[in-house]
Amino acid sequence: MKTKNYETVFVFTPVLNEADAKTHVKTYMAFLKEQGAEILEEDFWGMRQLAYPIQKKTTGIYFVTEYVATGELVDALEVKCKRDAQVLRFLTVRLDKYAIKYNEDKRAGLVGRNRTIKKPHELKAEADARAAEAEERINSQNEGGN
Amino acid sequence: MATSRSDIKFLSAPKIGTERKKYCRFKKNKIRYIDYKDETFLLNFINEQGKLLPRRLSGNSLKYQRKVAQAVKRARHIALLPYVTDLLK
Repeated sequence: MKTKNYETVFVFTPVLNEADAKTHVKTYMAFLKEQGAEILEEDFWGMRQLAYPIQKKTTGIYFVTEYVATGELVDALEVKCKRDAQVLRFLTVRLDKYAIKYNEDKRAGLVGRNRTIKKPHELKAEADARAAEAEERINSQNEGGN
Repeated sequence: MATSRSDIKFLSAPKIGTERKKYCRFKKNKIRYIDYKDETFLLNFINEQGKLLPRRLSGNSLKYQRKVAQAVKRARHIALLPYVTDLLK
């Protein structure tokens, strides 16, 4: 069966508190795992202001997940979301190769909002390590030549 | 008086009509994917009413304007951006 990378955003009602929402999320993740999806990322954003009211609620609890699955599983997940009154909104997106790269970089802390900017001493340490490695390589080559 | 203040106002040629050339920021910075979850970034491409800015203002190439539009629409669906509003910025 052909599998693809998907990303789903859930918006839960603020009637659940965050702990309840987390247990709710766990049931969804358990469902995905049970159906044979490979989970790559689980990101719990928590309570956020909505840009416009949905079902007279002005806040929502956001959860984002990335996974590898078949199209049939996505259908099943969406049916589950539609039946669930606790889910205000959900959005599933198929990720193209650039999106997959972006998400990998984001997990590594290279891009996105939580980008970690390396401090100068860290950069220097890395450069030193690279220089030492290069020197070693040259030395070993010279020995090989002799 | 020949040299009044209004005469020396334009000693150097005023910079009128020398508009900076617009460019596509995605092509220039080699950004290949536009994240619909990053609403602060998408604010660059919508006006105060939450409408998409035209390419003639944002300077995006057609390829990336389509992607921006897609990302903004996704962000609206999950309530990160409003569909209609006033005084967004």
